[in-house]
Amino acid sequence: MNQNEFVQIITPFKDKLFRLAKRMLVSTEEAEDATQEVLVRLWNKNSALEQYNSVEALAMTMTKNYCLDQLKSKRATNLQIVHNNYQDKQASVETQIEHQNTLQWAEKLMNDLPEQQRLILQLREIEEYEFSEIAQVLEMNETAVRVALSRARKTLREQIEKTHNYGTQVS
Amino acid sequence: MELKLVEQLLEKYFQGETTIAEEKQLKAYFSSNDVVPHLVKYQSLFGYFETQKGTQFEQKLPLQPRKQSTVKWIGIAASFVVLFGLATFYFYPSEPKHEDLGTYDNPEEAFAATQKALLMVSEQVNIGMESVVYLEEYEKTKKTIFK
Repeated sequence: MNQNEFVQIITPFKDKLFRLAKRMLVSTEEAEDATQEVLVRLWNKNSALEQYNSVEALAMTMTKNYCLDQLKSKRATNLQIVHNNYQDKQASVETQIEHQNTLQWAEKLMNDLPEQQRLILQLREIEEYEFSEIAQVLEMNETAVRVALSRARKTLREQIEKTHNYGTQVS
Repeated sequence: MELKLVEQLLEKYFQGETTIAEEKQLKAYFSSNDVVPHLVKYQSLFGYFETQKGTQFEQKLPLQPRKQSTVKWIGIAASFVVLFGLATFYFYPSEPKHEDLGTYDNPEEAFAATQKALLMVSEQVNIGMESVVYLEEYEKTKKTIFK
């Protein structure tokens, strides 16, 4: 496999690796490093790649493991930068800021979840993976994925409702 | 989409039971402008997911051409050479070869042949001696100069 063929193989999913890494590591720079590292490792696997049914699933699993390792080692803990590189929707400045605030807030909610739930949400909501694919990437069974996803979504809902009803309900 | 359907889907969604297609329906509904007021609170969530799809990896990849393979080939070539060498030693032991040069049965004939051979050798030696005569001349000249 030469370099061009390799690039062709990874092009469809390299952004997904990056987004997954960013979800886990939060900082863009760290996520870029992680993605590079995973892709270089993949490249070094060379012809062994052909043995795998899905290189994408393999790469996603490698990214997940790499990020979890990074999070475990103290290195990542003091580099939590919140980035706001969202798309410019050409709205008026005020609505834009308001919009960005709610999005930032959604991101914060999501990043407060446990790592595994974050992974599952990322794969399901953003990459739109099927349960079987998520199970393959995360090396767990489908029922467990479903349960964790439901739990994550419900946590988000609770947080949203808490914030939404703030000051309007007397309990 | 009807409100009832949306609410049903939303309930299924929080149970983790919606399919990808149904989730897409929900996302489409929340990205539209006519979301019912009591569901507006979920809009940012779905909106957030949508914006995240656009994030791209733009770094260049430092892919070095694999050195591994050339090293491997050199290894293979070297091992072949070693194998070949060993095989030659093993299958063709370098024993002195017994070449049959023929022999004489009659002693007189043998004597004549030996004489002939020795004569040939001495003739060749004499040819060599002739050229040595020049060397003596050289020696004389040297002595006259470096006295």
